[in-house]
Amino acid sequence: MKDIYLDYQSAKPVDPRVVEAMLPYFTEKYGNPSALHHIGDVATDALEESRKSIAKFINAEEDEIIFTSSATESINTALIGYALRNKNKGNHIIISEVEHISIHNIAKYLERMDFEVSKIPVDQYGRISLSKLERRITDKTILISVGYASNEIGTIQPIREIGKLAAEKGIAFHSDAVAAEGLVPLDVERDGIHLMSLSSNDLYGPKGVGVLYMKKKYRVNPLIIGGGQERGLRSGSEDVAGIIGMKAAAEIMQKEMPSEVKRFTGYRDRMIKQILEEIPDSYLNGHPTERLASNTHVRFEGIEGESILLSFKDKGIAISTGSACTSKTLEPSHTLIATGLLHEEAHGSLQITTGRFNTDDDIDRALEVIPEIVTRLRNLSPIYKAKTV
Amino acid sequence: MTEVEPDELLDCVGLYCPQPLFQTKQAIENLEAGQILEIIADDPAAEEDLRRFCRRTGHELVSVKNFPDGVKRIRIRHKGD
Repeated sequence: MKDIYLDYQSAKPVDPRVVEAMLPYFTEKYGNPSALHHIGDVATDALEESRKSIAKFINAEEDEIIFTSSATESINTALIGYALRNKNKGNHIIISEVEHISIHNIAKYLERMDFEVSKIPVDQYGRISLSKLERRITDKTILISVGYASNEIGTIQPIREIGKLAAEKGIAFHSDAVAAEGLVPLDVERDGIHLMSLSSNDLYGPKGVGVLYMKKKYRVNPLIIGGGQERGLRSGSEDVAGIIGMKAAAEIMQKEMPSEVKRFTGYRDRMIKQILEEIPDSYLNGHPTERLASNTHVRFEGIEGESILLSFKDKGIAISTGSACTSKTLEPSHTLIATGLLHEEAHGSLQITTGRFNTDDDIDRALEVIPEIVTRLRNLSPIYKAKTV
Repeated sequence: MTEVEPDELLDCVGLYCPQPLFQTKQAIENLEAGQILEIIADDPAAEEDLRRFCRRTGHELVSVKNFPDGVKRIRIRHKGD
């Protein structure tokens, strides 16, 4: 039986065309961009070409791109680096309740360093309200960080409006765009974003590479100190092969995104419609329209996330129940709780995320298996009672 | 009266969610019925996560001690099989 992968939000295979582009940089073009000789020049050119491509991908300038080891590192530099650099202006930071766990944990770290963090609540669909955001702003607020879209329920935030508000108030705006990249056209100018974190793998590039976009005149303190690479903001010899991989991935994505998004939207809409129609007491998590094309997130009354996962494993389907980092501990996702779900409701949720290498057959297979599994688990469940009409 | 020594000590100071919970789960599974695990953690979410973990799994939350530097010492007794 062929394995079916429906967990693209947690990891993506590297596109073979990307691997092809990377290979010469391991053995033939191995130079260090900091070296001044001709072997180093080849690496310098590769690095600068990559910077240009990534800048183009998000409508930024090339000197606004900093290569890092991951989106998590970019987020750390954006939040901690910006906070430390600007603490003379204020000590208040605003995030949303549905941020990726890395941002929640960085917020705790900043609180220990005497910063104050406010978390804006979200509505039942996981969207933040601008008026609530505005009410939280004080004269001490230096940074707002709201993820472009939820990595769990796929809800897209009103980013342009947040950017406009941040500009009016003279506050820096960071967005973690990892879940959205490759699914939503990113444009830092249009959206009024000053700092943005990206990962390479979410564009089908290699893991271990990330980007921090930092608008001109915005400043952060570096977190990694050393030989001064990346204009001193991120020391350590650049992973040229990995960066070339991210460049190739971004260039492919720029060309193929419109048709891919159309294809994923077709998968998503078909899955949501069929699941909600065929399975009683099933509900959609996240926003009905403002959601990522790749994301189907549904919950089934009376079912435990862990038992669903094991059942899919038996059928060769890789699928997720919630945020990847919490699934190991079986605690319900903070995002689902923030949208107002009870713990037991959050437990019965299923996250299906599609990607480049899925086919109609994969979707057919998932749609065949899901109702079978839900019915079987409900028959065994001591808590589920079908609602009688 | 001196306090009884725990059977196992788990130091999670400096670690963030979900590590204290995840490491507790692994550590308690290595203990036997009635044995006590003491977790030291400073993530503010650790206490609530561990309380919920105990409710769900049936292990007994014995005590929570708060220290002025934000560190908590949380003791859990293995429920047995």
